[in-house]
Amino acid sequence: MPKIQYNQAINQTLHQLMKKDPRVFLIGQGVTSPWYVGQTTNGLLDKFGSRRVIDTPVSENGITGVAVGAALAAMRPILIFPRMDFMYYAMDQLVNHAGSWHYMFGGQLNVPLTVWAIINRGGEQAAQHSQSLQAMLSHIPGFKVVMPSTAYDAKGLLVSAVEDDDPVIYIDDRWLYELEDDVPEELYSIPIGEGMIRRKGKNITVAASSYMVTEAIKAADSLADEGIDVEVIDLRSLKPLDKQILINSVKKTGRFIIVDAGWPSSGIGAEVSAIVGSEAFEYLNAPIMRVSLPDSPAPASSPLEAVYYPKAKTIVSKIRELVPK
Amino acid sequence: MTERTVDLSSNNLRTMYQTMLRIRLFEEKVGNLIQQNEIVCPCHLYIGQEAVATGVCNALRKDDYVFSSHRSHGHYVAKGGNLNALMAELYGKVTGCSKGRGGSMHLSFPAVGFIGSSAIVAGSISPAVGAALAFSIQKTDNVSVVFFGDGATNEGVWYESLNFAALKKLPVVFVCENNLYSTHVHISDHLADTDIQKKANIFRMRGVQVNGNDVIEVFNVAKKAVKDARRGKGPTLIECMTYRWRGHVGPNDDLETGLRSKEELSYWKEKGPIKKLEKLLLSRNFLSKSEFLQIRREVEKEVDESLMFAKKSPFPSENSLLDNVFKAK
Repeated sequence: MPKIQYNQAINQTLHQLMKKDPRVFLIGQGVTSPWYVGQTTNGLLDKFGSRRVIDTPVSENGITGVAVGAALAAMRPILIFPRMDFMYYAMDQLVNHAGSWHYMFGGQLNVPLTVWAIINRGGEQAAQHSQSLQAMLSHIPGFKVVMPSTAYDAKGLLVSAVEDDDPVIYIDDRWLYELEDDVPEELYSIPIGEGMIRRKGKNITVAASSYMVTEAIKAADSLADEGIDVEVIDLRSLKPLDKQILINSVKKTGRFIIVDAGWPSSGIGAEVSAIVGSEAFEYLNAPIMRVSLPDSPAPASSPLEAVYYPKAKTIVSKIRELVPK
Repeated sequence: MTERTVDLSSNNLRTMYQTMLRIRLFEEKVGNLIQQNEIVCPCHLYIGQEAVATGVCNALRKDDYVFSSHRSHGHYVAKGGNLNALMAELYGKVTGCSKGRGGSMHLSFPAVGFIGSSAIVAGSISPAVGAALAFSIQKTDNVSVVFFGDGATNEGVWYESLNFAALKKLPVVFVCENNLYSTHVHISDHLADTDIQKKANIFRMRGVQVNGNDVIEVFNVAKKAVKDARRGKGPTLIECMTYRWRGHVGPNDDLETGLRSKEELSYWKEKGPIKKLEKLLLSRNFLSKSEFLQIRREVEKEVDESLMFAKKSPFPSENSLLDNVFKAK
């Protein structure tokens, strides 16, 4: 099986999906610019033309509505936001229209829209170019939300998102783009709503998604010598969430940490904690802990950035608090 | 006059008259039902603007798409949406066009190309452009139409949508129903420049202003715009000058609140679209007085039947609450 990078897996998948299904098209800012979207759209314009690879004016609200309308007219748009921060302009179309349409019209028309939102943080980009909005988007009825953490998942979940009959928010993190993985050449899908155990362990469960899975595994590896055996679960889908995989794991370990690189207040950590607290209460031997960003906009200055983003060592210190020596 | 009637057979005029009357009598009935607390969901009545929906939709094919706003009953009816399903929706019944999920502000009848109405001001404009984009990718000759009010032209997304549609020469027709009020605010208090059609020019798009109470004029202008769109000549903005007889929402006429004068309302009622067409049809001997009566009786019967249908229909079952949040499980 060929080893390719995360961003190459996305690029390959886009080529294959657009070749396979004439309903699929790509729309958004930067789709014809290599640097803007981390080389993920290379070659698409040449192969499929400007009719299906549509670089747009800076009109997030309008263009999101355009994608919604195209989905209503039997297309399968992939709408790209090169930075999630730009999505606020699009929230009306996402929440009041894409997420509500199928319900508010009694199931007559659906919106098979993939919203591809890129987290592009770090590098002193500061508050308006660094956000991770998975919690806000998971809050909204009518959306599914996925966050692939490996190149293999990047491909399989993108296929599932595009083939899904409902709006799916597909969130990736540029920090993952150079990560290599074995990725089959052919198209395959990964069911939305299924988590995965990335590392088996028996002392504590650490659940994470996207880039934080990588950090959680690093944390787990670094504690192995101390005899702390960490189980790492990759949520993969934030909505629907694989509750069972969490409950089963906590049943075994009795301890639970949720790691999410979003803000803590009413965040993914709060949601997952509530689920584990209410559905696995009798198996818990310690309080549930959260790792998240601080409740603050992202800073620019590098030394501040270094403490703003949680890393493996943040997870390690939380684990140490929970697991007795 | 010769140009005005060139595309219109007496048959076509009769159909348009019937449609306008259907909207009018349906809306009057709904107004009464709201006053009787029979209908609970907020309804934004279309009375006074019937010529706009009727003239535009009459220029469309069944498979053309229509998107609408919170004031959508007229567009739904003019595009051919089922009257029973509309009344049932206002009653919150499971037989409603949106199965009791939408109410007055969220109507849809895809079988006749009425895709949906959005209660977010300007909310359906960009989706209408998106449907037009889909048609252009699919290389079909369908046209997408969106109705919105003068208030919607204050939204940024209106400019974004017009720009993108003009940039890509998409088959979409923007129909602005300028009824002089954005909720309770007069147009002179919400637009720095009240000449809406002119704003099409900044996007190098054709803009036309028509008497929105003259169904023939609306039809002719819409027909040209639709033809242009179908032939790949891009979008048109049509500003239809009209007036809503009732308040922003509900059956009252806003006179009691002092939001407008009795003189203003009387002036516009005198210039009302149905009266105008009746005069024409009579003067040209297209319809006799007895034919008018017959049409009115037929429409009254349809409206009464829709009410009976709505009343006897069941409510959605409680266990269906979460149906249709997602299509795929």
